[in-house]
Amino acid sequence: MSQVLLFNVFNGLIVGAFYALMALGLSLILNLSGVINFAHGGFLALGAYLAYTLMPHIGFWGALLVAPILTAILGLIAERLLIRPLYGRDPLYSLLLTFGLAYVLEDVSRYIWGAQSLPFAIPSWLTTPLSSQFFFLTGYRIFMVLLVGLAVAGLFIILNKTRLGMRIRAGTLDLETVSVLGVNVRILRNLNFGLGIYLAGLAGVLAAGMLGLQPTIGTSLIMPSFVAIIVGGLGSLPGTLLGGLLIGVASGVTTVYFPSATEAVMYVMMGLVLLVRPRGLLGEEGRVQ
Amino acid sequence: MSSNVATNSPPVVGNPMGTGNRRGDIIATAVVWLLLLSMPYWMALIGGYTELAIRIVVMGLAAMSLNFLLGFTGVLSFGHAAYFGLGGYGVAMCIKYLVPSTPVAMLVGIATGTIAAMVIGALIVKLRGVYFAMVTIAFGQVFYFIAFRWNNVTGGDDGLSGWSRKALDLGFTTIDLPGNDKAYYYFALFVFALCVGAMALILRSPFGRTLIAIRENERRARFLGIPVDQHIWMSFVISCFFAAVAGCLYALLSNFIDPRALRWDQSGNFVIMAVLGGMRSFWGPLLGAAIFVALQDYVSSQTENWMSFIGVFFMLIVIFFPRGILGILKRSVTK
Repeated sequence: MSQVLLFNVFNGLIVGAFYALMALGLSLILNLSGVINFAHGGFLALGAYLAYTLMPHIGFWGALLVAPILTAILGLIAERLLIRPLYGRDPLYSLLLTFGLAYVLEDVSRYIWGAQSLPFAIPSWLTTPLSSQFFFLTGYRIFMVLLVGLAVAGLFIILNKTRLGMRIRAGTLDLETVSVLGVNVRILRNLNFGLGIYLAGLAGVLAAGMLGLQPTIGTSLIMPSFVAIIVGGLGSLPGTLLGGLLIGVASGVTTVYFPSATEAVMYVMMGLVLLVRPRGLLGEEGRVQ
Repeated sequence: MSSNVATNSPPVVGNPMGTGNRRGDIIATAVVWLLLLSMPYWMALIGGYTELAIRIVVMGLAAMSLNFLLGFTGVLSFGHAAYFGLGGYGVAMCIKYLVPSTPVAMLVGIATGTIAAMVIGALIVKLRGVYFAMVTIAFGQVFYFIAFRWNNVTGGDDGLSGWSRKALDLGFTTIDLPGNDKAYYYFALFVFALCVGAMALILRSPFGRTLIAIRENERRARFLGIPVDQHIWMSFVISCFFAAVAGCLYALLSNFIDPRALRWDQSGNFVIMAVLGGMRSFWGPLLGAAIFVALQDYVSSQTENWMSFIGVFFMLIVIFFPRGILGILKRSVTK
């Protein structure tokens, strides 16, 4: 029993890492631009499919490196053409637009790569279990947790140590002042969007190796990402990370005892958090109004 | 966030629901009712059928109920399918498992949706703007997963069938709802009229005026001593109540309900109907729903790529018609 529990906690941690990676990108965009990017799941799927297409040519590692960057470039273009005209308007419109974009991206993926689940080959040395007792500890899973950790660390280094990151953080607090100080806010928002989409693309490549590749892969991950942001705290990136991991582990544990509530449990958590602390676990005060 | 809404719209003078022109409003209302009352008779002439007419009335009610919150309180809910679908599941489960009576089942369906809205509304009422929208999206999915997972009661992914709407026994006469499409159309239209009339009355009342004041400037409303959170909660519950009524009619229409009625894409459809028609006008969402339902019917019979079509449709409306059809008309009239 304890081994099953351990297995599911670990599983939940991995799924939570996906949620967190996706939610961090969503959160970046939401905090700076006030846009709920519903198409985030669509970009995630696109990243995964691009990796699938690139893999025969440049191998797994090459695809892992290149596909998220290509996805981010598509994100930059989408932001420039579709989302930028909507800044300053009611958030309803950007939400509806990305909603439509999500439909289009999913349908395009289905049109190009087909509706069936595609096999996503990962290097064989990564798939063998490391020990016979802990059968679930395959190299790929450990590798994935490490890589997500690396990506998150990289993100926080960018945000804290680079000029771009500092501007993003400053813009989150007061975009007008940042603009007055001479920062080109349009470019800042564009790059920030690209950064968010990069994380989605990366999550897509990793998720494809774990969950298989199908057009709906993005839609199934986006709702939990919303929950992760709300549970972790609005406006707080560490909160989003915590929220993702928490709901991942919670659904993992629930799978053991009450499998049909696997999804429902995260919404129960969200309800509890909103009841006790409407701004979320690590949310900033005053952000929600 | 909600102050954004206020700056984008001209201030409303006089009648909060119309053009500010009293005679124009009466004529518009009369035309709408004439068209609705005669719809089953001209629908066939333009290539439609009675079921399509019923769908327009049902979706129109859903979009109008969402617009009570979106257009008249200025609060963005992106999860109304939850309460719509709960109404539908309430009806279906009541007829199938409890009482085989259409009105009783409708009461159960409406109560289900409304109670859920009361609980969830209380949890989210402190949030505003995008955050409110995000939480409504997320909460909308709870019921989807419950309906999807709880196979033995809800039928899971396959939906709940094996039940049908019952004839309406009025004592002196019986209305044959199951066998006669037109009878069901007029039943749905009667319910629609009650709901729409109630919404119009609420919006004209001091309470409704207060909601509009909150939409225009929440901070000022708060300084005037209006308990804003309670008003938004009430508005949310009222809006979901009518959405649940629409959900009941929807389930009764096809004698079937499935989890897709609860899902986020359905919520998005309601929002786009309201925006397409014009969310600042009372009848706008009905017009939006009529266009949407007719398009859906036509396009899905022509192509398999309904998703791309609807996605591009969403984007075009946001870019070119953010005020909606009636918004544009109204603007050209007042200019």
